[in-house]
Amino acid sequence: MITDFFSLALKNLKHRGIRSWLTLLGIFIGVTAVVSLISLGNGLQLAVASQLGVSSSELITIQAGGLSGYGPPGSNVVDPLTQDDVDAIEKLSSVENAVRRNIDSGKIEFNDNLNFRYVGSLPNNKEDRDLIYTSLNIEILFGRLIKEGDSGKVVLGYNFYDKPEEWGGKSLTPGKTISINDNNFQIIGITDKVGSIIMDNVVVMNENDMEDIFGFGEEADIIIAEPKNKDKIQKTKEDIEKLLRDIRDVREGEEDFEVSTPEASLSTVNSILGGVQIFIAIVAFISVFIGALGIVNTMTTSVLERKKEIGLMKSIGAKNSHIFLQFFVESSLLGLVGGIAGALFGTLVGILGTIGINSFMGTELLPDINFLLISLTLLGSFIIGGISGIVPAMKAAKQNPVEALRG
Amino acid sequence: MKKIVDKKPIIKLKSVCKYYRMGTNIVKAVDNASLEIKEGEFVAIMGPSGSGKSTMMNLIGSLDVPTRGKIFLDGQDISTLSESDLAQIRGKKIGFIFQSFNLINNLTAKENVMVPMMFQGHAPAERDFRATHLMNLVDLKDRMNHSPNELSGGQQQRVAIARSLANSPEVILADEPTGNLDTKTGATVMDFLKDLNEKGKTIIMVTHDPDLAKNHAEVVFWLKDGKIEKVTRKKNGWGEVGKDRLKKLKRYK
Repeated sequence: MITDFFSLALKNLKHRGIRSWLTLLGIFIGVTAVVSLISLGNGLQLAVASQLGVSSSELITIQAGGLSGYGPPGSNVVDPLTQDDVDAIEKLSSVENAVRRNIDSGKIEFNDNLNFRYVGSLPNNKEDRDLIYTSLNIEILFGRLIKEGDSGKVVLGYNFYDKPEEWGGKSLTPGKTISINDNNFQIIGITDKVGSIIMDNVVVMNENDMEDIFGFGEEADIIIAEPKNKDKIQKTKEDIEKLLRDIRDVREGEEDFEVSTPEASLSTVNSILGGVQIFIAIVAFISVFIGALGIVNTMTTSVLERKKEIGLMKSIGAKNSHIFLQFFVESSLLGLVGGIAGALFGTLVGILGTIGINSFMGTELLPDINFLLISLTLLGSFIIGGISGIVPAMKAAKQNPVEALRG
Repeated sequence: MKKIVDKKPIIKLKSVCKYYRMGTNIVKAVDNASLEIKEGEFVAIMGPSGSGKSTMMNLIGSLDVPTRGKIFLDGQDISTLSESDLAQIRGKKIGFIFQSFNLINNLTAKENVMVPMMFQGHAPAERDFRATHLMNLVDLKDRMNHSPNELSGGQQQRVAIARSLANSPEVILADEPTGNLDTKTGATVMDFLKDLNEKGKTIIMVTHDPDLAKNHAEVVFWLKDGKIEKVTRKKNGWGEVGKDRLKKLKRYK
């Protein structure tokens, strides 16, 4: 019997005008928001993380002036960090090692093409260098990494090799020579794809070469510190903060520097994402609520419009419960249709969004299509449709057959 | 052949009143009406508009309950039944035919015929089989998968006739069945009703057209101001017309 009402409702839905479908916009938007957000999930997290320069290693990053708006880290800073700071940090009991890095924007020329790229320094000491490699998550694809005494040699990020269109159609590969700020360098290696737009476009070279070209003196753009005990990274961070406050003579809460740990950065990412998620959840909730009202509206109209049909149904033997079921099922299906449309569109947004993130960030993420969640969303929209239909369906069932037949 | 003898009453109204309140006035739509309709009769309820014939039809069709008095359908007092029981009874025992056909346009002709069987809980295959048979009976088998609005008025009314027969009711209640049709198609529809009557169905037709009533019905109840003014009966049967219809009847066997 109930299946009859489903097929009856489907036939009625088929003949519904655009007006009925427009009232589903609310449910559609709500479900789209939820489904697309979930399927974009890890892509979004990665995108935000990469924007904040979060790495997965358990190292502490120290910068003066906090996050600067534009340009490489350490630029536009009034009171930069220095080699003295590096030495002081390294002397802390909770710090195993501290390494200074300099980063600047360099004019790169190859094959008569000119582009500006970040150039980063690598320390001479092997232990320090390995720390940087770890912190940057660098692995070699072709050639080799920078070694001690590698003067006039550079290692390039993956995009130099992967995007020949930026260099007049030629790939940069080991053995070739490029010019950086009018000094010639030999390419000795290409790093593997990292998935970060910054790291895949970076040039790394020995810190002596870097000093020769850019001339930093004692300034350090970034200091990377390795904690002695990785489980006490938070304590190490606090030690460094206290030390730098003393050196720079600032009070707690007024720091002109930033000490960040991957955990802290991750929690920043998560709190940003959490904010976005709460916002979208609110939008989804409001949309669904409006959608439910839309269904109430369209079903009430439908009851009025089909008054005569209700009268007829009663005259040919429909009980009140039959009429109720007919409208209730129709309303539930209406909600479900909105849900299906939203789930399809949301999945599409998730897939396209992930493709977008992949092509922008150079990652190979897969959209997170959660069928359980989609099923639950569909069930939810079915139930919301049903709930919205209760009052109109009761109204329909209560129609007096004689009056209803009059239309 | 139509049985003339042993006719039992199928519908009985005993001092039935139906009053409506219109503001401060009480309108006596049906006022103390008593009548008896026997099984297999072709009855017309005749009256001008405002005579209470629609109310009378609603009461006989168990769509409405009387303010006072009793209504017996097939021996059962229906004046005190609940809405659900009434729905079941009219679904089973009464087939409605309306002036404006009242078909559901979202369904095909055949599906329209199947709906009353659905409310009686018949299995889908059974519904399909019987609906096909009924569409054949009203000569519309080739049109049964069409939507009602693709059919002519006469065809739509024939679909409505098929629908009224869906649950093999004892009584067919036709409210101005030819009211929206031209004379010729109206006559065809009346032919179908006569055929059904020949097969033993009780036909109750509500009309304001005295000629239609006199030409087709054996018994005519004349209504005026909610009261039954007079009752006339056809004495001499159907004569030659009956023989013609007998030939047609063979199709149904």
